Amino acid sequence: MELKDTLTIAAPVEAVFAALTDPETVRACIPGCESLVPVTATELQARVALKLGPVKARFSGLVELDVSAAPQRIRLSGRGDGGIAGFAQGGADVELLADGQTTILTYVAKAEIGGKIAQMGARLIDGTARKLASEFFTDFKTIVEDASR
Amino acid sequence: MSEVIGIGASPKRKEDARFVRGRGTYVADIKRPDMLVGAFLRSPHAHAYLKSVDVSDALAAPGVVAVYTGEDLKKDNVGGLPVGWGISGKDGNPMKEPPHPPIAVGKVRYVGDAVAFVVAETTDQAEAAAELIRVDYDVLPAVVGVVDALRAGAPAVYDDIEDNLCCDWDLGDAAAVEAAFREAAHVASVELVNNRLIGNPLEPRAAIGEYNFATGQYTLWTTSQFPHVVRLLMGEFVLHIPQHKLRVVAPDVGGGFGVKQFHYAEEAIVTWAAGKLGRPVKWVARRSEGFISDAHGRDHVTEAELAVDENGKFLAMRVKTLANMGAYLSTFGPNIPTNLYAPLLSGVYRIPAIYCEVKCVFTNTVPVDAYRGAGRPEATFVVERLVDLAAREMGIDKIDIRRRNMIPKEAYPYQTPVIVEYDSGDPMGCLDRAEELADVAGFEARRAEAAARGKFRGLGVSTYVEACGLAPSRLAIGLGARSGLYESATVRVHPSGAVTVLIGTHNHGQGHETTFAQIVSQQLGVPFQDIDIVFGDTDRVQHGLGTYGSRSLVVGGAALSRAGDKVILKGRKIAAHQLEASVDDIIFENGEFSVAGTDRKKTFKEIAGSAYVPGNYPLETLEPGLEEQAYYDPINFTYPGGAHFAEIEIDPDTGIVTLERYTAVDDVGTIINPMIVEGQLHGGIVQGIGQALFEHGVYDQSSGQLLSGSFMDYCMPRADNMPQIVLEPHSTPCAHTPMGVKGCGECGTIGSPAAVMSAVVDALKPLGVSHVDMPATPNHIWNIIRNSRAQIAAE
Repeated sequence: MELKDTLTIAAPVEAVFAALTDPETVRACIPGCESLVPVTATELQARVALKLGPVKARFSGLVELDVSAAPQRIRLSGRGDGGIAGFAQGGADVELLADGQTTILTYVAKAEIGGKIAQMGARLIDGTARKLASEFFTDFKTIVEDASR
Repeated sequence: MSEVIGIGASPKRKEDARFVRGRGTYVADIKRPDMLVGAFLRSPHAHAYLKSVDVSDALAAPGVVAVYTGEDLKKDNVGGLPVGWGISGKDGNPMKEPPHPPIAVGKVRYVGDAVAFVVAETTDQAEAAAELIRVDYDVLPAVVGVVDALRAGAPAVYDDIEDNLCCDWDLGDAAAVEAAFREAAHVASVELVNNRLIGNPLEPRAAIGEYNFATGQYTLWTTSQFPHVVRLLMGEFVLHIPQHKLRVVAPDVGGGFGVKQFHYAEEAIVTWAAGKLGRPVKWVARRSEGFISDAHGRDHVTEAELAVDENGKFLAMRVKTLANMGAYLSTFGPNIPTNLYAPLLSGVYRIPAIYCEVKCVFTNTVPVDAYRGAGRPEATFVVERLVDLAAREMGIDKIDIRRRNMIPKEAYPYQTPVIVEYDSGDPMGCLDRAEELADVAGFEARRAEAAARGKFRGLGVSTYVEACGLAPSRLAIGLGARSGLYESATVRVHPSGAVTVLIGTHNHGQGHETTFAQIVSQQLGVPFQDIDIVFGDTDRVQHGLGTYGSRSLVVGGAALSRAGDKVILKGRKIAAHQLEASVDDIIFENGEFSVAGTDRKKTFKEIAGSAYVPGNYPLETLEPGLEEQAYYDPINFTYPGGAHFAEIEIDPDTGIVTLERYTAVDDVGTIINPMIVEGQLHGGIVQGIGQALFEHGVYDQSSGQLLSGSFMDYCMPRADNMPQIVLEPHSTPCAHTPMGVKGCGECGTIGSPAAVMSAVVDALKPLGVSHVDMPATPNHIWNIIRNSRAQIAAE
């Protein structure tokens, strides 16, 4: 499954990039994120509580940031283990394009699930992932725009 | 109701007295003193190396008593799960039979493969602790479909079986078939998929293991269709427990459908763990766990061709099937798409030459095994699709082409070119009557009326035969069975004249307690209410092979009636002594032993009493007591069959298929209890309709995740999907079973999918549709309609 969207953020690329690589901002934007702790410069340890249809689970795992093409392009990937509930993994390619003092953010995200959450909620994963991605970027836009005001 | 209720009557079912009051005893109801409970951690990956399984946190969790991994079982010399039926390939080599450890060792091979077993004081504690197990998976690419699994470069489910091929098997005369195809005026061909099914009995699987240190006896309570076979397989091959130290009890079981006729890992694990811990250990599957750990059914991909002469007579059939075995061989896995499939390809027709090739293929899916019908619905579907296609392509009416090729009643016994010899049958008689009952003559008017409402209406037919009453041991062992397939029964007559029957079949919805009591009531003249049927306990019942393959009445009932014959013979000897006559002059009728031609007689009750209080008794020549046992091994399978008509309507706007009429005329031989037979046929037909219209076990092709893993996505048939089913028996007694019975448990699932799909294709005929794969869900049908219309518009 692939999700794509584009949004305009009223902040310069540098500010958007800085926010996107700031653990505290990202933590605040990930729905259900309980903690996001840097392990290395590019790796973060995450704990996220998620509900997919009838299955509720707490996932813990590593999020990796690839900033080699920064600030135009950032790649995020992660894999979380939800114990008996199964696993979730995914990633997003985020592209930042400067448009004067605003930034056009485009993302392409992929998500995959396995184990009980796939068994019970495969049908719901598309909608749920779309909702989570939209929540993430809506919150992100608000936080970044508020900060640059 | 102190009376004899015999063959042909429909008393209320004895067992329902406890079931309708909620007083059945299922494994999940049983609580043993000091009992622990277990939970499994199952693989969320379809295919992965197990780099490490760290159970330390789980072991330290509250209430946890033990955590076991595959390595723990291996270290303790626990064996792999055995296969009960081995087959050999075209080249004569035996099938590949890789080890099947009860808990995965080294590699997991399907989503649901057990990785660890946590034993704790409560279920919540066990499940919470299972979450704390840290498994390091090295995830591998997975393969779930049979076609993909055979492609070069496909992921290998077993590192040492690179082509994923378990066995390349065949049956029939390839040369004769080739020759016949060269002469054919017409060849009908089809490529089809027989959809994967998940059995979903109402009661999920469960097991309790217990060990008695005083006696060294193990006991396993399990949801099984065949406790004695579990005792054999688990005792001998997995846990190495001597037979006399292992008791297996299968109490009330809430539906089997084949799903519970295999020896499962969980049975061995709880029994072994109970021995290790010295406390009983219980496991009850959750519904979602059942979806990924109960053996699945069907899952074939087939190419088939039928050669026909210019008069519409069948000349030969050629079938190539790829059968999914799943990730491990289940108890009867390799036997189902081979020995229970290819021998049924002659159907009810004269087909001089048949050749069938079956490739059994490993994939990263739940193991596949028997599911109600097991091989025979798949065969019937292939044959009936081909017959429909030949009729349509040659411009012959589809009922007429069946009549032209059917085996006439007088041609029985009929030897097919594929092993089996049908002893009896009258397919033409079934078809004639079903055609009448289904009002086929009025169909075109109903079709026109539906068309006026904007609906597509279709009429489908299936004429089928099956082989059941499993099985003649010598034939089955010759085909690879690793066990006999006879049955045993003991008739224990009490001093009061009441009777307890101990029988090796297992009742899990079939009404055996009623049907078998009717047989005894009629045979011995004992009141129906004075007869109890005991089953499902290896310590109470001498031996048995269980219930599957529509065998209980055919094989078990035959053993029962033979044991009854022995009781009567002994009773005659006692009566001869007491009535001072020769044994040859003693006749037994209506529950009375009498001297022929006189009014001197003794009742069955009097004779039973005197057998236990032997004052006036021939003790010099006859042992006291009145209890007899018989084993029965059938000389042939039985061959129930029949003709089914389905009539459906399709709403072209939504693709919804509604079943409007269903008519079945079946030949199940002698009928003991018409009500129970009707129930069995109804249930089977509905289950077959489930396969045709609703049910589909679907895996994600790349990740190997089971997508239809709950009732939200796996659609079961419901009462509101069903029309009133019109049934009528058309019986020809079986030539070789003692009562002429043939079995009826699987007829419905064998006959109905082909009839329903014949109707669906018929309804879509105006759009040029010639084949539709199952299930005919609204989405599937809507797409076919849309694509066909687009194609017609483009032409």
